[in-house]
Amino acid sequence: MAKSDKNQNPAKGDVQEPGRRDFFVVATYAMAGLGAAAVAWPLIDQLNPAADTLALANIEVDVSKIAVGQSITVKWRGKPVFIRHRTADEIARANATDIADLRDPQDDVTRAEKPEYLVLVGVCTHLGCVPLGQKTGEVRGDYDGWFCPCHGSHYDTSGRIRKGPAPTNLEVPPYNFLSDSVIRIG
Amino acid sequence: MSAEKFQNPVVRWIDHRLPVFSMLDHEKYDYPVPKNLNYMWNFGVLAGMALAIMIVTGIVLAMSYTAHVDYAFESVERIMRDVNHGWLIRYIHMNTASFFFIVVYIHILRGLYYGSYKAPRELLWILGVVIFLLMMATAFMGYVLPWGQMSFWGATVITNLFSAIPVVGDSIVTLLWGGFSVDNATLNRFFSLHYLLPFVISGVVVLHIVALHRFGSNNPIGIDASGPQDTISFHPYYTMKDMVGIAVFLLLLAMTVFFFPNAMGHPDNYIPANAMQTPAHIVPEWYFLPFYAILRAVPDKLGGVLLMFGAIAVLFILPWLDKSPVRSARFRPLFRIFFWLFLIDAILLGYLGGKPAEGIYVTLSRIATAWYFLHFLVILPLLSMFETTKPLPKSISEPVLGSSGRSA
Repeated sequence: MAKSDKNQNPAKGDVQEPGRRDFFVVATYAMAGLGAAAVAWPLIDQLNPAADTLALANIEVDVSKIAVGQSITVKWRGKPVFIRHRTADEIARANATDIADLRDPQDDVTRAEKPEYLVLVGVCTHLGCVPLGQKTGEVRGDYDGWFCPCHGSHYDTSGRIRKGPAPTNLEVPPYNFLSDSVIRIG
Repeated sequence: MSAEKFQNPVVRWIDHRLPVFSMLDHEKYDYPVPKNLNYMWNFGVLAGMALAIMIVTGIVLAMSYTAHVDYAFESVERIMRDVNHGWLIRYIHMNTASFFFIVVYIHILRGLYYGSYKAPRELLWILGVVIFLLMMATAFMGYVLPWGQMSFWGATVITNLFSAIPVVGDSIVTLLWGGFSVDNATLNRFFSLHYLLPFVISGVVVLHIVALHRFGSNNPIGIDASGPQDTISFHPYYTMKDMVGIAVFLLLLAMTVFFFPNAMGHPDNYIPANAMQTPAHIVPEWYFLPFYAILRAVPDKLGGVLLMFGAIAVLFILPWLDKSPVRSARFRPLFRIFFWLFLIDAILLGYLGGKPAEGIYVTLSRIATAWYFLHFLVILPLLSMFETTKPLPKSISEPVLGSSGRSA
């Protein structure tokens, strides 16, 4: 009884105590909100990659067949990945570079888990073309790594940008060696 | 007008330029609704909701579906297995289609029983029949998209119907197919039109509601409201009543989607379409069965087609077939009996549509088809001329409130 008396005196200016009706209204709106979220979630989550797309998120590559000095390109998440079996000379030149000279300073050790095999995402960091240098006879640029024909970016034997408009080094994708001959990318 | 009700300056700014808030307010509080509406008046809102669910789930499904004969079936299976919650969205889409028809059939039966098609609501009724036709076209094309056996053969049978048209029939069928049989060209155009028509339906629904609001809803006793004492505001009374109906609808839909998602479908549609092999019994989805029965009842091909379309055509002219000045079946005892007979006949036709066209089923289909047309073309006109109706109450409030219910 006291509660309803209070609610009948709004003119007094004091705060009304919430009654049953207010509780119901708030609870209903809260449930409606939860319901709307529950309905919306599957409709939005279905936009996320489906199970078959996720299954292609990781690939395994056998690198033992790649001869010294040879490079292969594999497709990973829709993009080309360069895997180069580097010669001793290429590794030495990569290590000999002064890091301070680089636009995107990174030493070779951090870029290759095993120095003989260099794994890079073959997409130029400037505007996205696929650089040349994988096939025998292709231009490798001034630093004997890769050369992007679109706007003239030169990458070295560690895939680092040396000359041209690209801002950063060729990306190293997440990968690890499952065994001496098989790597898993992604 | 917006000045009185709204204090928020943003709301007033918008409303002055585009009176959405005034409009909503009018519909909620000023629009008078007869106070005696029963739950049979819930089904229009349920139909609108079903349409909204179909559009949302349909647009989402279209993101993962491929409309090519070589990929369609597989893309649907991919949705069911790989797309996040794809199985849920697909099952909701296909079961809400059935629920949409259940709700619309009840909505139509309400109109038939309470005389909602009579003056001045003839155009409202006709717009409703247009919506029904568009729904049937949309559902037919939608069912073809998964490219199962029933998809393919149902499409073949129904498109072949148009060859019954004399002289130009075959050319029309070739035009519809875009080839020499139901094939990729047909599937692609069906996908395009299936995406388009729900928006056309939405437009006609808007007209349907505008026509409704011209004179307001009919009511169970079929008498016009004689003043404010006979009506109440839409909000909160009918908003809340509609929410009860919506809750029941969603409960039944959820039960079906989660426990019996394939109950209303045909297992043969989980077999990829094979143009070289016809299924043992080609049947359309359940909501087309009464019309399918009428189609097959007539021994002549063209006759069957004409009668099948005629079954819907009679709905268009219903306001002119039944001219009885009494709207509601509550006061028309003979009409009431024939209404229930019609309902039994419609259900019987539906049952027969799912049976093979053999033996007793053929005979029964012919009797049931004859009765269907007899009801509309003979019985209703005769009833409107000769039926003795019961005396009507003086007003909506009067049966409940007695003499105090009469307008002052």
